[in-house]
Amino acid sequence: MTRHQWRKLVNAVMFSITAACAAAAVCVLFWILGFLLWNGGKSLNLSFFTQLPKPPGEVGGGMANAIVGSAQIVLIASLMGIPIGFLGGIYLAEFGTGAFPFFVRYTADLLNGVPSIVMGIFAYAVAVRPMHRFSALAGGVALSVILIPTTIRTTEQFLRAVPQMLREGALALGASKWKSIATVVVPAAVRGVATGIILGIARIAGESAPLLFTSFSNQYWSTSLNQPTASLPVMIFTYAISPYADWHRQAWAAGLVLLALMLLLNISARLVLSPGAPRN
Amino acid sequence: MMGTLAHSTAAGPPSVNPGTTPERVLPKLKISHLNFFYSAYHALHDVELEIAANRITALIGPSGCGKSTFLRVLNRMHETVRGARVSGEVLLDSEDALAMDVSKLRRRVGMVFQKPNPFPKSIFDNVAYGLRVNGTRGSARLQEAVEHSLKRAALWDEVKDKLHKSAYALSGGQQQRLCIARGLAVDPEVLLLDEPSSALDPIATAKIEELVFQLKQNCTIVIVTHNMQQAARIADDTGFFLLGKLIEFDKTEKIFKTPAKKETEDYITGRFG
Repeated sequence: MTRHQWRKLVNAVMFSITAACAAAAVCVLFWILGFLLWNGGKSLNLSFFTQLPKPPGEVGGGMANAIVGSAQIVLIASLMGIPIGFLGGIYLAEFGTGAFPFFVRYTADLLNGVPSIVMGIFAYAVAVRPMHRFSALAGGVALSVILIPTTIRTTEQFLRAVPQMLREGALALGASKWKSIATVVVPAAVRGVATGIILGIARIAGESAPLLFTSFSNQYWSTSLNQPTASLPVMIFTYAISPYADWHRQAWAAGLVLLALMLLLNISARLVLSPGAPRN
Repeated sequence: MMGTLAHSTAAGPPSVNPGTTPERVLPKLKISHLNFFYSAYHALHDVELEIAANRITALIGPSGCGKSTFLRVLNRMHETVRGARVSGEVLLDSEDALAMDVSKLRRRVGMVFQKPNPFPKSIFDNVAYGLRVNGTRGSARLQEAVEHSLKRAALWDEVKDKLHKSAYALSGGQQQRLCIARGLAVDPEVLLLDEPSSALDPIATAKIEELVFQLKQNCTIVIVTHNMQQAARIADDTGFFLLGKLIEFDKTEKIFKTPAKKETEDYITGRFG
């Protein structure tokens, strides 16, 4: 074999291996999607969105309370997590030199890697125990702790990508530092920041572990944020490990609904970031 | 390349301005004993300079000679750099520029940068920016000021139909004139230009030069340029910087025809730099 043929062979082999691995990754994804669509699609019907869960043994019912509960918990987490993460990110990007910002950055990265169930234990200790009850609020606290570090770091990253000369342009016109950040830097980065936040929300919306002992669950409507509250991920967990075939069916349906919601959030993030979206 | 453009503009700024302005008036800017440090690096050595009102002062010199640093001290843009330290005195109409409120100083002493840096906003919002952050409200007043500034920057006719389009849709030369308009909107007494045409093609450069020449009626201009022909074309006075020192400062004609210092002569005759 000539040197040239050998090179071509190596090239072909390496190309095949990388392509096969890429295909394998996509296959797994489509396998999951297919499974969910098949099993979830079979079980999904209108009453899933409109009815409360039925007691075991009774066929039918839905997860209307869990859909609303998930929305409530994620909203609470967003209201707490986004402002803290966003403003903290501004601090890191615009004022962040020295030991303290380094410490904050390092902690945020560390927090990002903490298993979500540990966040649940934390929220249990600081929210559930003092209040003496499981609640949507406690679940929101647990999820916000997961949302904060990702929001901080993505905000910082996108603000840093804003060219320095825009800041100087604003300062040279007599704007204060804060004014230049609020009126030039943040607007220039807002689409990237928004995308990062939406993806962060998508992530926490699918978390079950931190909610197991914070918001717990509920077979009925929760009438206040102070009560145990049902959520889709926890429902999936409870229903999937139950011995009832009808509950398994519902768990698949819940999985499909959750996936559809994720997809929706991801697509909206793409739309926000796409070059076709209107600028300012 | 630039030499061929020397007299290509309609306004035809003469290469050397005859001394029509009175010899001794109060300087607009008076700089004395100015030393500048980036941490330990001594970037400017004891600079002494008086900049006359309603004239164009050019600062020339090789790269890294401190001319841009000097310019940035005049409206204290150096304060954005960590470790930057300045000593000495800068007087703006005999007021201490280094001690006054920095926002107030920058409103009086505007700056245009090397690369056009319009904000990612509409043309209108770009020009109105300085007015808005300084508290001007009312759409009629803003409208009027924006139009006036764009006219002063010779950009109005090109953009009047697309004021609410993104500034990024403009060409590089138009963007730079937009940045000049943005600077003019707050009606500064002094306008600092840091190599304003180095990123532009010759035609856009000629327009900027023509514009700068017009502006000196209402404004004192200090321009840093890498391009000696540009200094010769538009400046009334020229200062030559080398290694952080102001080597020579005089009428532009004097600097280019009969420089007093050997270094100046070497530089303008192209022996280095």
